[in-house]
Amino acid sequence: MAENHTTATDTPVPYSTGDSKITDATIAEMREIMARYPQAQSALLPMLHLVQSVEGRVTPEGIEVCAELLGLTGAEVSAVATFYTMYKRRPVGDYHVGVCTNTLCAVMGGDLIFDRLKQHLDVGNDETTEDGKITLEHIECNAACDYAPVMTVNWEFFDDMTPESATQLVDDLREGTEVKSPRGATICTWREAERVLAGFSDGRADEGPTGGKASLAGLRLARERNWTAPNGSDTPKEG
Amino acid sequence: MADTLTPVLSDNWDQINAWQLASYQRTGGYDALRTALGMQPADVVAAVKDSGLRGRGGAGFPTGMKWSFIPQDNPKPKYLVVNADESEPGTCKDIPLMMASPHTLVEGVVIASYAIRASVAFIYVRGEVLHVIRRLQQAVQEAKDAGFIGQNILGTGYDLDVVVHAGAGAYICGEETALLDSLEGRRGQPRLRPPFPAVAGLYGCPTVINNVESIASVPAIIKNGADWFGSMGTEKSKGMTLYSLSGHVTRPGQYEAPMGITLRELIDLAGGVREGHTLKFWTPGGSSTPLLTAEHLDVPLDYEGVGSVGSMLGTKALQIFDDSVCAVRAVLRWTEFYKHESCGKCTPCREGTWWLVQILERLEQGKGTEEDLVTLLDLCENITGRSFCALADGATAPITSSIKYFKDEYLAHFENGGCPFDPMASTVFATAGASA
Repeated sequence: MAENHTTATDTPVPYSTGDSKITDATIAEMREIMARYPQAQSALLPMLHLVQSVEGRVTPEGIEVCAELLGLTGAEVSAVATFYTMYKRRPVGDYHVGVCTNTLCAVMGGDLIFDRLKQHLDVGNDETTEDGKITLEHIECNAACDYAPVMTVNWEFFDDMTPESATQLVDDLREGTEVKSPRGATICTWREAERVLAGFSDGRADEGPTGGKASLAGLRLARERNWTAPNGSDTPKEG
Repeated sequence: MADTLTPVLSDNWDQINAWQLASYQRTGGYDALRTALGMQPADVVAAVKDSGLRGRGGAGFPTGMKWSFIPQDNPKPKYLVVNADESEPGTCKDIPLMMASPHTLVEGVVIASYAIRASVAFIYVRGEVLHVIRRLQQAVQEAKDAGFIGQNILGTGYDLDVVVHAGAGAYICGEETALLDSLEGRRGQPRLRPPFPAVAGLYGCPTVINNVESIASVPAIIKNGADWFGSMGTEKSKGMTLYSLSGHVTRPGQYEAPMGITLRELIDLAGGVREGHTLKFWTPGGSSTPLLTAEHLDVPLDYEGVGSVGSMLGTKALQIFDDSVCAVRAVLRWTEFYKHESCGKCTPCREGTWWLVQILERLEQGKGTEEDLVTLLDLCENITGRSFCALADGATAPITSSIKYFKDEYLAHFENGGCPFDPMASTVFATAGASA
């Protein structure tokens, strides 16, 4: 299974393309993020999310802007940007598709799903399809193990997946069919998702259910069998 | 004697739009905040201390005691940081809680901040859960608009700001001091302790860091009292908690029960192990807690019970693996995870996890020798306890425990010249007839 864990390091990281989309409005939003914190450097992670939402990746220009606003060097910002896996130095497609291949999801089918998708999309790990639509990546445990095997699209959950439902999902995304997360909202683009992570609401919080079947499994059983926590008023409080 | 399941944290998850303020208030939401703000902060700390609530993030440290360590004579600002970076493999309780009822957490945040006299609180949530982040952001905004967060909360003169902060993908940031570095805008690398965060935490100021479930338990404790909380659970592990069943059970999911329930009872509630198979091994609290087997089905799942059989309760992430799963494959994959997530600060972990993967890969391919098992155990001994944080200890837990229980399976790989298991047999879409 080791071949699942290779990364496309043979393509060079593009340096500046000279067409940065960072504007004064972006900088004003970065200052807004900085104002949320008692110390401005705390804003760096959300600022880098904002850079990705504007640029489609962490660009050299994005790094320099963050550095300048926070009084850091470019090297200091790069050190942070290269530490976290969600920050991408290569352009990401409209849809970041994650397949959990941590142990539990892997044995439940994640390995086979990931293999099928690599074949179906003709890409390797952390690579983007030629049409620029989909970036495929194997991801680590995403805290949804009771729905294994789990996938994500732009960090929204897709539960109880099979190789067939996975290929259908990516086909729908490529064809522009509207796709909804079973426990989330209608799928937006990766850049739009990154903007929410920077702290700017997209007004979609009310979409989707409270939880899926597994989240409610214990509660449903308790309701069926009339099991409850002790009644608070029946327990005398200490004087 | 409490009922088998005791939904408290999950009790409103089947309500319409449970994540909205109006729904939360219909079931008594924010009543506990009014009660708490009518008490002295020290009395709120005492109430949580008396309840016996222990940290639900894995370590089990008494929550109220943690709060009482904040030096109130220190003139620096105090901070509350909620660890919502749920990333331990197998752990999936905080994410559904924040998705369904983010106000339970937010109410707990305001009460806890008041108790330790913090004026800013942070919810550090992992970045890979977009919809949970949306719901948290909206809940905090709703609480601000309703006057539960902000200036002069409910006319008491208490001020608090709450910031939802999205991480960017790094398991290590679930370690509390790495989380603080990350929240300060740095690489997430653990700090040497002492000083502990209670004395010098965020920005060098006194800081309490608590898990989501711990903080979310606080409103119910304030509302119903310590005796109510103690009427559930065991003597030293009190209260209700979320047990997360995943893997080869009929109905995986969240089961909120009193502390001390057994895996046998939980598997029964979840409809049994996958039909036609038997339990092979399981984790009590994520991949960093040593594996257990069918001989441990009747161990009480509380801090003491799981500790007594050489593992840890951890996050109560019960990953169930049946007889179709190769223990060596499972352990190799976890080890690859720890190698990837090692932050690189401490040499034993940075270098050691790479060596562990290399040896395990060789073993899994059937190219190893029995001598390699000795080397593995020796390596584990030189990694455990020799780094700043517990990531390295966690990395060795699946290896040492799997060699303890499944040495024969490692040997079978050598004899077989590779893995004797069919990877298709363990999948949820395995066709009938696929076998181990």
